[in-house]
Amino acid sequence: MTAATLADTAAPNGLIWPAIRWAIARDLKLAMRSRAELGVQLLFYVIVVSLFPLATSPERNLLSTMGPGVLWVAALLASLLSLPRLFAGDHADGTLEQIALSPYPLAALVSGKIVAHWLTTGLPVAVLAPLLGLQYAMDGESLVVLTAALLVGTPILSLLGAIGAALTLGLRGSGSLLALLILPLYVPVLIFGAGAVDAARAGLGASANLSLLGAGLLVAMVGAPFAAAAAVRIALD
Amino acid sequence: MLEAQKLAARRGLAKLFTGLSFRVGAGEALVVTGANGTGKTTLLRMLAGLSAPSAGEIRWNGQTTAPFDPVLRAALAFTGHLPALKDELTAEENLASLVALEGEAVTADVLRDALDNVALSRQRTLPARVLSQGQRRRVGLARLSLLPRPLWILDEPVTALDAAGAELLARIVAGHLVKGGIAVAATHAPLGLPAARVRPLALG
Repeated sequence: MTAATLADTAAPNGLIWPAIRWAIARDLKLAMRSRAELGVQLLFYVIVVSLFPLATSPERNLLSTMGPGVLWVAALLASLLSLPRLFAGDHADGTLEQIALSPYPLAALVSGKIVAHWLTTGLPVAVLAPLLGLQYAMDGESLVVLTAALLVGTPILSLLGAIGAALTLGLRGSGSLLALLILPLYVPVLIFGAGAVDAARAGLGASANLSLLGAGLLVAMVGAPFAAAAAVRIALD
Repeated sequence: MLEAQKLAARRGLAKLFTGLSFRVGAGEALVVTGANGTGKTTLLRMLAGLSAPSAGEIRWNGQTTAPFDPVLRAALAFTGHLPALKDELTAEENLASLVALEGEAVTADVLRDALDNVALSRQRTLPARVLSQGQRRRVGLARLSLLPRPLWILDEPVTALDAAGAELLARIVAGHLVKGGIAVAATHAPLGLPAARVRPLALG
Protein backbone atom coordinates (compact mmCIF):
# COMPACT_ATOMS: atom_id res chain seq x y z
CA MET A 1 0.00 0.00 0.00
CA THR A 2 2.82 2.43 0.80
CA ALA A 3 4.27 2.00 -2.67
CA ALA A 4 0.94 2.80 -4.28
CA THR A 5 0.37 5.77 -1.98
CA LEU A 6 3.78 7.20 -2.81
CA ALA A 7 3.23 6.65 -6.51
CA ASP A 8 -0.06 8.50 -6.12
CA THR A 9 1.65 11.50 -4.63
CA ALA A 10 3.82 11.59 -7.71
CA ALA A 11 0.82 11.43 -10.04
CA PRO A 12 0.96 13.95 -12.87
CA ASN A 13 -0.62 17.24 -11.88
CA GLY A 14 -2.87 17.01 -14.89
CA LEU A 15 -4.89 14.31 -13.12
CA ILE A 16 -5.46 16.16 -9.87
CA TRP A 17 -7.81 18.99 -10.96
CA PRO A 18 -10.07 16.85 -13.16
CA ALA A 19 -10.37 14.42 -10.24
CA ILE A 20 -11.33 17.15 -7.77
CA ARG A 21 -13.76 18.64 -10.29
CA TRP A 22 -15.37 15.26 -10.96
CA ALA A 23 -15.95 14.59 -7.27
CA ILE A 24 -17.30 18.07 -6.49
CA ALA A 25 -19.65 18.09 -9.48
CA ARG A 26 -21.00 14.61 -8.78
CA ASP A 27 -21.48 15.05 -5.05
CA LEU A 28 -23.16 18.44 -5.49
CA LYS A 29 -25.50 16.94 -8.09
CA LEU A 30 -26.37 14.09 -5.73
CA ALA A 31 -26.90 16.57 -2.89
CA MET A 32 -29.26 18.64 -5.06
CA ARG A 33 -31.25 15.49 -5.89
CA SER A 34 -31.68 14.76 -2.17
CA ARG A 35 -32.30 18.32 -1.03
CA ALA A 36 -34.75 17.17 1.63
CA GLU A 37 -31.97 15.41 3.52
CA LEU A 38 -29.82 18.54 3.45
CA GLY A 39 -32.75 20.66 4.57
CA VAL A 40 -33.37 18.38 7.54
CA GLN A 41 -29.76 18.71 8.65
CA LEU A 42 -29.84 22.48 8.38
CA LEU A 43 -33.16 22.58 10.20
CA PHE A 44 -31.62 20.49 12.97
CA TYR A 45 -28.90 23.13 13.35
CA VAL A 46 -31.42 25.98 13.39
CA ILE A 47 -33.62 24.22 15.96
CA VAL A 48 -30.78 23.28 18.31
CA VAL A 49 -29.53 26.87 18.26
CA SER A 50 -33.04 28.24 18.83
CA LEU A 51 -33.76 25.94 21.77
CA PHE A 52 -31.14 27.41 24.09
CA PRO A 53 -32.60 30.92 24.46
CA LEU A 54 -35.96 29.30 25.24
CA ALA A 55 -34.52 26.94 27.83
CA THR A 56 -32.27 29.45 29.59
CA SER A 57 -32.95 33.03 30.62
CA PRO A 58 -33.84 35.88 28.27
CA GLU A 59 -31.17 38.00 29.96
CA ARG A 60 -29.14 39.77 27.26
CA ASN A 61 -25.71 39.49 28.88
CA LEU A 62 -26.01 35.79 29.53
CA LEU A 63 -27.27 35.11 26.02
CA SER A 64 -24.56 37.10 24.28
CA THR A 65 -21.91 35.34 26.38
CA MET A 66 -23.06 31.83 25.58
CA GLY A 67 -24.21 32.52 22.00
CA PRO A 68 -20.93 31.79 20.17
CA GLY A 69 -20.42 28.57 22.13
CA VAL A 70 -23.93 27.32 21.39
CA LEU A 71 -23.60 28.09 17.68
CA TRP A 72 -20.28 26.29 17.51
CA VAL A 73 -21.54 23.19 19.31
CA ALA A 74 -24.57 23.11 17.01
CA ALA A 75 -22.27 23.46 13.98
CA LEU A 76 -20.19 20.53 15.26
CA LEU A 77 -23.29 18.38 15.69
CA ALA A 78 -24.64 19.35 12.27
CA SER A 79 -21.32 18.39 10.71
CA LEU A 80 -21.29 15.09 12.60
CA LEU A 81 -24.85 14.33 11.52
CA SER A 82 -23.97 14.68 7.84
CA LEU A 83 -20.63 12.85 7.91
CA PRO A 84 -21.89 9.29 7.36
CA ARG A 85 -23.26 10.51 4.01
CA LEU A 86 -19.72 11.28 2.84
CA PHE A 87 -18.63 7.72 2.03
CA ALA A 88 -21.29 5.29 3.28
CA GLY A 89 -23.59 5.66 0.26
CA ASP A 90 -20.76 5.12 -2.20
CA HIS A 91 -19.55 2.16 -0.14
CA ALA A 92 -22.97 0.53 -0.09
CA ASP A 93 -23.63 0.74 -3.84
CA GLY A 94 -20.14 -0.19 -5.03
CA THR A 95 -19.18 3.27 -6.30
CA LEU A 96 -16.37 3.51 -3.77
CA GLU A 97 -14.63 0.52 -5.40
CA GLN A 98 -14.79 2.30 -8.74
CA ILE A 99 -13.52 5.50 -7.15
CA ALA A 100 -10.58 3.67 -5.56
CA LEU A 101 -9.76 1.89 -8.85
CA SER A 102 -10.03 5.02 -10.98
CA PRO A 103 -6.80 6.19 -12.63
CA TYR A 104 -7.27 9.49 -10.80
CA PRO A 105 -5.36 9.86 -7.51
CA LEU A 106 -7.67 8.75 -4.71
CA ALA A 107 -6.61 11.60 -2.40
CA ALA A 108 -7.71 14.11 -5.06
CA LEU A 109 -11.10 12.44 -5.47
CA VAL A 110 -11.49 12.39 -1.68
CA SER A 111 -10.55 16.10 -1.54
CA GLY A 112 -13.31 16.87 -4.01
CA LYS A 113 -15.82 14.94 -1.92
CA ILE A 114 -14.72 16.88 1.17
CA VAL A 115 -15.13 20.21 -0.64
CA ALA A 116 -18.64 19.19 -1.74
CA HIS A 117 -19.44 18.14 1.83
CA TRP A 118 -18.35 21.53 3.13
CA LEU A 119 -20.30 23.41 0.46
CA THR A 120 -23.48 21.56 1.43
CA THR A 121 -23.08 21.58 5.23
CA GLY A 122 -20.37 23.89 6.59
CA LEU A 123 -21.06 26.83 4.29
CA PRO A 124 -24.82 27.05 4.97
CA VAL A 125 -24.09 26.74 8.70
CA ALA A 126 -21.69 29.69 8.53
CA VAL A 127 -24.03 31.74 6.33
CA LEU A 128 -26.97 31.23 8.70
CA ALA A 129 -24.88 32.10 11.77
CA PRO A 130 -25.38 35.91 11.71
CA LEU A 131 -29.13 35.43 11.52
CA LEU A 132 -29.20 32.93 14.37
CA GLY A 133 -26.75 35.02 16.38
CA LEU A 134 -29.38 37.76 16.60
CA GLN A 135 -31.37 35.53 18.94
CA TYR A 136 -28.46 35.77 21.34
CA ALA A 137 -28.35 39.57 21.34
CA MET A 138 -24.86 39.52 19.82
CA ASP A 139 -23.56 42.83 18.50
CA GLY A 140 -22.42 43.45 14.94
CA GLU A 141 -18.73 42.91 15.52
CA SER A 142 -19.31 39.63 17.34
CA LEU A 143 -21.48 38.39 14.49
CA VAL A 144 -18.81 39.23 11.92
CA VAL A 145 -16.10 37.48 13.95
CA LEU A 146 -18.34 34.46 14.57
CA THR A 147 -19.13 34.10 10.87
CA ALA A 148 -15.46 34.48 9.92
CA ALA A 149 -14.47 31.86 12.49
CA LEU A 150 -17.14 29.47 11.19
CA LEU A 151 -16.02 30.03 7.60
CA VAL A 152 -12.44 29.08 8.51
CA GLY A 153 -13.35 26.42 11.06
CA THR A 154 -16.09 24.39 9.37
CA PRO A 155 -13.79 23.17 6.55
CA ILE A 156 -11.57 21.69 9.28
CA LEU A 157 -14.61 19.82 10.58
CA SER A 158 -15.27 18.35 7.12
CA LEU A 159 -11.60 17.43 6.64
CA LEU A 160 -11.14 15.72 10.02
CA GLY A 161 -14.58 14.19 9.77
CA ALA A 162 -13.70 12.58 6.44
CA ILE A 163 -10.95 10.59 8.16
CA GLY A 164 -13.39 9.35 10.78
CA ALA A 165 -16.08 8.61 8.21
CA ALA A 166 -13.63 6.54 6.15
CA LEU A 167 -12.27 4.70 9.20
CA THR A 168 -15.73 3.65 10.36
CA LEU A 169 -16.91 2.49 6.92
CA GLY A 170 -18.74 -0.79 6.97
CA LEU A 171 -18.73 -1.11 10.76
CA ARG A 172 -21.86 -1.85 12.73
CA GLY A 173 -23.02 1.14 14.77
CA SER A 174 -20.62 3.28 12.81
CA GLY A 175 -22.61 6.45 13.54
CA SER A 176 -22.01 6.47 17.29
CA LEU A 177 -18.45 5.21 16.86
CA LEU A 178 -17.82 8.08 14.47
CA ALA A 179 -19.01 10.55 17.12
CA LEU A 180 -16.70 9.03 19.74
CA LEU A 181 -13.79 9.10 17.33
CA ILE A 182 -14.25 12.55 15.87
CA LEU A 183 -15.72 14.79 18.60
CA PRO A 184 -12.46 14.84 20.63
CA LEU A 185 -10.60 15.92 17.48
CA TYR A 186 -13.10 18.74 17.02
CA VAL A 187 -12.30 20.20 20.46
CA PRO A 188 -9.42 22.49 19.40
CA VAL A 189 -11.56 23.89 16.57
CA LEU A 190 -14.34 24.53 19.07
CA ILE A 191 -12.02 26.25 21.54
CA PHE A 192 -10.40 28.59 19.04
CA GLY A 193 -13.63 29.16 17.11
CA ALA A 194 -15.74 30.13 20.10
CA GLY A 195 -12.75 31.85 21.67
CA ALA A 196 -12.44 34.21 18.70
CA VAL A 197 -15.69 35.98 19.63
CA ASP A 198 -14.75 36.13 23.32
CA ALA A 199 -11.39 37.66 22.47
CA ALA A 200 -13.05 40.24 20.22
CA ARG A 201 -15.56 41.15 22.94
CA ALA A 202 -12.76 41.49 25.48
CA GLY A 203 -11.04 43.96 23.15
CA LEU A 204 -8.08 41.65 22.43
CA GLY A 205 -8.93 41.24 18.77
CA ALA A 206 -9.87 37.97 17.12
CA SER A 207 -6.86 37.76 14.86
CA ALA A 208 -4.86 35.34 17.06
CA ASN A 209 -7.71 32.85 17.23
CA LEU A 210 -8.55 33.21 13.56
CA SER A 211 -4.88 32.74 12.61
CA LEU A 212 -4.70 29.56 14.66
CA LEU A 213 -7.86 28.29 12.98
CA GLY A 214 -6.33 29.18 9.61
CA ALA A 215 -3.15 27.32 10.47
CA GLY A 216 -5.22 24.33 11.54
CA LEU A 217 -7.10 24.49 8.26
CA LEU A 218 -3.86 24.45 6.24
CA VAL A 219 -2.50 21.46 8.16
CA ALA A 220 -5.78 19.59 7.78
CA MET A 221 -5.94 20.40 4.04
CA VAL A 222 -2.51 18.88 3.51
CA GLY A 223 -2.93 15.82 5.69
CA ALA A 224 -6.58 14.82 5.87
CA PRO A 225 -7.22 13.84 2.22
CA PHE A 226 -4.28 11.41 2.29
CA ALA A 227 -5.31 9.93 5.63
CA ALA A 228 -8.92 9.57 4.47
CA ALA A 229 -7.79 8.00 1.17
CA ALA A 230 -5.67 5.45 3.07
CA ALA A 231 -8.64 4.67 5.33
CA VAL A 232 -10.90 4.17 2.28
CA ARG A 233 -8.42 1.64 0.87
CA ILE A 234 -8.34 -0.22 4.17
CA ALA A 235 -12.14 -0.29 4.22
CA LEU A 236 -12.23 -1.89 0.76
CA ASP A 237 -9.64 -4.56 1.55
CA MET B 1 -0.24 -10.11 -20.00
CA LEU B 2 -1.61 -10.92 -16.58
CA GLU B 3 0.28 -13.45 -14.49
CA ALA B 4 -0.27 -14.91 -11.05
CA GLN B 5 2.46 -16.74 -9.18
CA LYS B 6 1.64 -19.05 -6.29
CA LEU B 7 -1.24 -16.87 -5.11
CA ALA B 8 -2.84 -17.72 -1.79
CA ALA B 9 -5.86 -16.34 0.00
CA ARG B 10 -7.27 -16.97 3.42
CA ARG B 11 -10.42 -15.87 5.14
CA GLY B 12 -9.74 -15.81 8.86
CA LEU B 13 -7.89 -19.05 9.50
CA ALA B 14 -9.43 -20.97 6.63
CA LYS B 15 -7.40 -21.20 3.44
CA LEU B 16 -9.45 -20.40 0.34
CA PHE B 17 -6.77 -21.40 -2.16
CA THR B 18 -2.98 -21.71 -2.23
CA GLY B 19 -0.31 -22.02 -4.90
CA LEU B 20 -2.52 -20.64 -7.65
CA SER B 21 -0.50 -19.83 -10.78
CA PHE B 22 -1.74 -18.87 -14.21
CA ARG B 23 -0.98 -16.66 -17.15
CA VAL B 24 -3.48 -14.91 -19.41
CA GLY B 25 -2.24 -13.34 -22.63
CA ALA B 26 -3.68 -10.79 -25.03
CA GLY B 27 -6.96 -11.93 -26.58
CA GLU B 28 -7.61 -14.52 -23.88
CA ALA B 29 -10.26 -14.79 -21.21
CA LEU B 30 -9.68 -16.44 -17.86
CA VAL B 31 -12.99 -17.93 -16.81
CA VAL B 32 -13.01 -18.71 -13.09
CA THR B 33 -15.54 -21.26 -11.91
CA GLY B 34 -16.12 -22.89 -8.55
CA ALA B 35 -18.75 -23.49 -5.91
CA ASN B 36 -19.91 -20.71 -3.58
CA GLY B 37 -17.26 -19.74 -1.07
CA THR B 38 -14.27 -21.10 -2.99
CA GLY B 39 -12.74 -17.65 -3.38
CA LYS B 40 -13.74 -16.50 -6.86
CA THR B 41 -14.57 -12.98 -5.76
CA THR B 42 -11.52 -12.88 -3.49
CA LEU B 43 -9.29 -13.84 -6.43
CA LEU B 44 -10.86 -11.21 -8.69
CA ARG B 45 -10.50 -8.49 -6.06
CA MET B 46 -6.83 -9.43 -5.67
CA LEU B 47 -6.26 -9.27 -9.42
CA ALA B 48 -8.02 -5.90 -9.55
CA GLY B 49 -5.75 -4.64 -6.77
CA LEU B 50 -8.50 -4.11 -4.21
CA SER B 51 -6.87 -6.44 -1.69
CA ALA B 52 -3.45 -7.96 -1.15
CA PRO B 53 -2.84 -11.70 -1.60
CA SER B 54 -1.69 -13.44 1.59
CA ALA B 55 1.12 -15.03 -0.46
CA GLY B 56 2.40 -14.96 -4.02
CA GLU B 57 2.45 -12.15 -6.52
CA ILE B 58 0.55 -10.70 -9.44
CA ARG B 59 2.33 -9.36 -12.52
CA TRP B 60 0.89 -7.06 -15.15
CA ASN B 61 3.01 -6.99 -18.34
CA GLY B 62 5.92 -8.45 -16.40
CA GLN B 63 5.80 -5.93 -13.54
CA THR B 64 4.84 -6.97 -10.05
CA THR B 65 1.78 -4.99 -8.93
CA ALA B 66 0.83 -3.85 -5.44
CA PRO B 67 -2.76 -3.19 -4.37
CA PHE B 68 -4.09 0.04 -5.94
CA ASP B 69 -1.10 0.17 -8.28
CA PRO B 70 -1.52 3.25 -10.53
CA VAL B 71 -0.19 1.36 -13.56
CA LEU B 72 -2.76 -1.38 -13.11
CA ARG B 73 -5.54 1.12 -12.35
CA ALA B 74 -4.88 2.88 -15.65
CA ALA B 75 -5.22 -0.42 -17.51
CA LEU B 76 -8.22 -1.87 -15.69
CA ALA B 77 -11.98 -1.87 -15.99
CA PHE B 78 -13.53 -3.63 -12.99
CA THR B 79 -17.14 -4.68 -12.54
CA GLY B 80 -17.96 -6.00 -9.09
CA HIS B 81 -21.01 -7.57 -7.47
CA LEU B 82 -22.49 -4.12 -7.02
CA PRO B 83 -23.49 -2.10 -10.06
CA ALA B 84 -22.09 1.22 -8.71
CA LEU B 85 -25.17 3.14 -9.82
CA LYS B 86 -26.58 6.12 -7.95
CA ASP B 87 -30.33 5.84 -7.41
CA GLU B 88 -30.80 9.60 -7.67
CA LEU B 89 -29.16 9.91 -11.10
CA THR B 90 -30.63 8.81 -14.43
CA ALA B 91 -29.16 5.90 -16.38
CA GLU B 92 -27.45 8.35 -18.71
CA GLU B 93 -26.06 10.50 -15.88
CA ASN B 94 -24.78 7.40 -14.11
CA LEU B 95 -23.05 6.21 -17.25
CA ALA B 96 -21.54 9.65 -17.92
CA SER B 97 -20.32 9.90 -14.35
CA LEU B 98 -18.76 6.40 -14.31
CA VAL B 99 -17.02 6.93 -17.64
CA ALA B 100 -15.72 10.36 -16.57
CA LEU B 101 -14.40 8.80 -13.36
CA GLU B 102 -12.17 6.63 -15.56
CA GLY B 103 -10.79 9.76 -17.19
CA GLU B 104 -12.48 9.12 -20.54
CA ALA B 105 -14.07 12.06 -22.34
CA VAL B 106 -17.13 11.02 -24.36
CA THR B 107 -19.83 13.08 -26.02
CA ALA B 108 -23.55 12.85 -25.31
CA ASP B 109 -24.06 11.09 -28.66
CA VAL B 110 -21.59 8.37 -27.74
CA LEU B 111 -23.35 7.86 -24.40
CA ARG B 112 -26.71 7.64 -26.17
CA ASP B 113 -25.39 5.09 -28.66
CA ALA B 114 -23.89 3.00 -25.87
CA LEU B 115 -27.25 2.90 -24.08
CA ASP B 116 -29.03 2.10 -27.36
CA ASN B 117 -26.66 -0.82 -27.86
CA VAL B 118 -27.66 -2.37 -24.54
CA ALA B 119 -31.38 -1.77 -25.28
CA LEU B 120 -31.82 0.95 -22.68
CA SER B 121 -32.80 3.80 -25.01
CA ARG B 122 -36.23 4.09 -23.37
CA GLN B 123 -34.78 4.03 -19.88
CA ARG B 124 -32.14 6.66 -20.63
CA THR B 125 -33.71 9.44 -18.58
CA LEU B 126 -35.20 7.28 -15.85
CA PRO B 127 -33.60 7.43 -12.41
CA ALA B 128 -31.56 4.30 -11.67
CA ARG B 129 -33.87 3.69 -8.69
CA VAL B 130 -36.59 2.36 -11.02
CA LEU B 131 -34.32 0.17 -13.15
CA SER B 132 -34.52 -3.59 -12.72
CA GLN B 133 -31.44 -5.57 -11.65
CA GLY B 134 -30.88 -6.71 -15.22
CA GLN B 135 -31.18 -3.16 -16.54
CA ARG B 136 -28.64 -2.01 -13.96
CA ARG B 137 -26.29 -4.69 -15.27
CA ARG B 138 -26.86 -3.43 -18.78
CA VAL B 139 -25.73 0.06 -17.75
CA GLY B 140 -22.55 -1.67 -16.56
CA LEU B 141 -22.19 -3.31 -19.98
CA ALA B 142 -22.57 0.06 -21.68
CA ARG B 143 -19.83 1.39 -19.40
CA LEU B 144 -17.49 -1.48 -20.32
CA SER B 145 -18.09 -0.88 -24.01
CA LEU B 146 -16.96 2.75 -23.56
CA LEU B 147 -13.73 2.02 -21.66
CA PRO B 148 -10.74 1.32 -23.87
CA ARG B 149 -8.91 -0.67 -21.20
CA PRO B 150 -6.76 -3.73 -21.93
CA LEU B 151 -7.84 -5.63 -18.78
CA TRP B 152 -11.46 -6.33 -17.85
CA ILE B 153 -12.24 -8.01 -14.54
CA LEU B 154 -15.87 -9.07 -14.28
CA ASP B 155 -17.42 -10.61 -11.18
CA GLU B 156 -20.49 -12.70 -12.04
CA PRO B 157 -21.29 -10.64 -15.15
CA VAL B 158 -24.21 -12.84 -16.21
CA THR B 159 -26.14 -12.45 -12.94
CA ALA B 160 -29.61 -10.95 -13.46
CA LEU B 161 -29.17 -10.69 -17.22
CA ASP B 162 -31.82 -12.25 -19.47
CA ALA B 163 -30.92 -14.41 -22.50
CA ALA B 164 -30.59 -11.39 -24.77
CA GLY B 165 -28.48 -9.65 -22.15
CA ALA B 166 -26.17 -12.64 -21.78
CA GLU B 167 -25.76 -12.71 -25.56
CA LEU B 168 -24.95 -9.02 -25.51
CA LEU B 169 -22.37 -9.59 -22.79
CA ALA B 170 -20.77 -12.41 -24.82
CA ARG B 171 -20.63 -10.17 -27.87
CA ILE B 172 -19.06 -7.25 -25.97
CA VAL B 173 -16.47 -9.43 -24.24
CA ALA B 174 -15.66 -11.31 -27.46
CA GLY B 175 -15.17 -7.97 -29.22
CA HIS B 176 -12.80 -6.93 -26.45
CA LEU B 177 -10.79 -10.16 -26.87
CA VAL B 178 -10.61 -9.80 -30.65
CA LYS B 179 -9.07 -6.36 -30.12
CA GLY B 180 -6.33 -8.01 -28.04
CA GLY B 181 -7.87 -7.31 -24.66
CA ILE B 182 -7.72 -9.58 -21.63
CA ALA B 183 -10.78 -10.56 -19.61
CA VAL B 184 -11.04 -12.28 -16.25
CA ALA B 185 -14.54 -13.39 -15.30
CA ALA B 186 -15.94 -15.36 -12.40
CA THR B 187 -19.11 -17.11 -13.39
CA HIS B 188 -21.54 -19.93 -12.70
CA ALA B 189 -23.18 -19.81 -16.11
CA PRO B 190 -21.30 -20.34 -19.38
CA LEU B 191 -20.31 -17.00 -20.93
CA GLY B 192 -20.68 -18.11 -24.54
CA LEU B 193 -17.19 -17.01 -25.54
CA PRO B 194 -15.27 -18.70 -28.40
CA ALA B 195 -13.70 -21.82 -26.83
CA ALA B 196 -10.29 -21.13 -28.36
CA ARG B 197 -9.96 -17.93 -26.36
CA VAL B 198 -11.11 -19.29 -23.00
CA ARG B 199 -8.70 -20.46 -20.34
CA PRO B 200 -10.73 -22.18 -17.64
CA LEU B 201 -9.73 -22.05 -13.98
CA ALA B 202 -11.68 -24.15 -11.50
CA LEU B 203 -11.39 -23.22 -7.83
CA GLY B 204 -12.17 -25.42 -4.85
